[in-house]
Amino acid sequence: MKHVTTIIIGAGQAGLAMSKQLTDRSIDHVLLERGAVANSWKTERWNSLRLLTPNWQSRLPGYRYTGNDPDGFMDMKQVVSFLDGYASTIAAPVEHHTKVLSVERRFDSYVIKTTRGIWSCASLVLANGACAVPVIPKCASAMPETIQHVSPLDYKSPDQLPQGGVLVVGASATGVQLAREIHQSSRPVTLSVGEHIRLPRIYRGHDIKWWMDALGLLDMGLDEVEDLSRARKLSSLQLIGSDNGTMLDINHLRSLGVDIAGRLAGINNGKAQFSGSLSNICDLADLKMGRLLDSIDEYATQYMADQQLPPPHRYAPTDFGAPPNLQMALNDGRINTVVWATGFRPDYSWLDLPVLDRKGNLNHTGGIVDAPGLYALGLPFMRTRKSTLIDGVGDDAAYLADHLRAGLHRRAA
Amino acid sequence: MTNQTQTETVNNGVNVEALLGAREALEATPAAAQFKWRAECTWKDGTHSQTTINNFFGLGEEQERGRTFTIDADHPEQFAAANLGATPVEIVMSALASCLTGGVASVAQHRGIQLNSVTASVEGDMDLQGILGIDSKVRNGFDAIRVNFQIDADASDADIKALVAQSQKRSAVFDIITNPTNVFVNVN
Repeated sequence: MKHVTTIIIGAGQAGLAMSKQLTDRSIDHVLLERGAVANSWKTERWNSLRLLTPNWQSRLPGYRYTGNDPDGFMDMKQVVSFLDGYASTIAAPVEHHTKVLSVERRFDSYVIKTTRGIWSCASLVLANGACAVPVIPKCASAMPETIQHVSPLDYKSPDQLPQGGVLVVGASATGVQLAREIHQSSRPVTLSVGEHIRLPRIYRGHDIKWWMDALGLLDMGLDEVEDLSRARKLSSLQLIGSDNGTMLDINHLRSLGVDIAGRLAGINNGKAQFSGSLSNICDLADLKMGRLLDSIDEYATQYMADQQLPPPHRYAPTDFGAPPNLQMALNDGRINTVVWATGFRPDYSWLDLPVLDRKGNLNHTGGIVDAPGLYALGLPFMRTRKSTLIDGVGDDAAYLADHLRAGLHRRAA
Repeated sequence: MTNQTQTETVNNGVNVEALLGAREALEATPAAAQFKWRAECTWKDGTHSQTTINNFFGLGEEQERGRTFTIDADHPEQFAAANLGATPVEIVMSALASCLTGGVASVAQHRGIQLNSVTASVEGDMDLQGILGIDSKVRNGFDAIRVNFQIDADASDADIKALVAQSQKRSAVFDIITNPTNVFVNVN
């Protein structure tokens, strides 16, 4: 058994940011990585995906984007190369192709069995990714057997899907992006729409992420939101990283010919049943977007020479067309594929520690898990709204590294 | 802070603190959140029936209300009936409007919005060729239901719309109507 003070599971942006913080504090550590650096970005993302955040926002402790296109959006190759560059810059001690099989507590250490030997450590950082396992609704099991199921982790491009109609379930970032490119591949898409967050990509001349950053929304912390568990469950923003500023909302998808249906409510006798609540779902999204644009306009008036900006603008309400169908046959050959863009969760299946709640979520306070020397990184709204962003994980890592070091000192004392 | 200060002066007759307390308690003990609602319906004559409602199960035990509510249902004279109550479908519409209206009051209280008046008008479209068995392609139930709210409140139009939207999001009857439910009918 090999021993090291601290082990980081995962060598993506979160693990690397923590590695940098530990190196800066002279804490010996290794990163256990099931594949190579940035593995999820490399192997579990679709071909056309670009980051939702502009390049200038790719900032990590001691490292940032320095190319000549700060307002562009990295594709996956660029993300991998960006993180590879970070790993070499900080000389991260990564153990590649080392998959964690189990983690248990033995006396005052964590014992980690991997495909390449056993490790023990005093403190452990779970930086293994918030999007490791697709969350698929229970009703999926009632799908007719002829339907092919695709998760966004396996999806690469429309070519891999059978010809014919596709039901895309979920209208957050993943759902709207996949709905568009699949529909444009001559596979007619029906998009099942649940609660979502509608936003323009560019507003009054600035990227929406620029505004959110300027307004301090991304820095909002645990004490600043009324309902933290709700903030942690919010779906991703309905955005696409694209150079032409497309607003990839329901109105845009409809203009391309995508059929819009309500939230998938059940599957019975070979038919998908959709909720009749679509009108309210769209109202909620429109009202929420209106409140954000109001705050942006207030900010512009107060802090910017807003006469020099393009004028305030309000977008047409979401129009999902004629009263949408409440059910759709899944056994008449018109739909051959369902894409589950219904969210993700972290994988803790190998974690033999009593730190999960009854829903399988990690019990933690701002990344400090309810077990000695155990930390998490990169979870939704872990410490701030940007905790899941490349731009947010650095601050979280710095805070947790201080806490981790203090814990090590207490052990030594 | 602003919300709390406002809550002190706003009174819609909703005890938000108790509701939030209940939410916290039931989050900690999910078993206590398992409720069973009950109603008992007795045939009177013709299409007239009378439903009584009293006890329910919740918070881990049988609950008594101390009074029994009675709801009469019948069909109108146009259907050659005695017209001794609203039709069951109208009672469903009433349940939807009541649920949304109660929700509007609760959300308004929570958000520190004083309501002056709230009226919900409900209209449901139904093609009777369904229930009469004239056309099997026509469903028995509503094709669509429209609820129109008239709300006078000390808030902006956008805030009032957000109240109504949030009320739908949290409404049991809205969910019951917009989503499928397994129904099991037994004969003892």
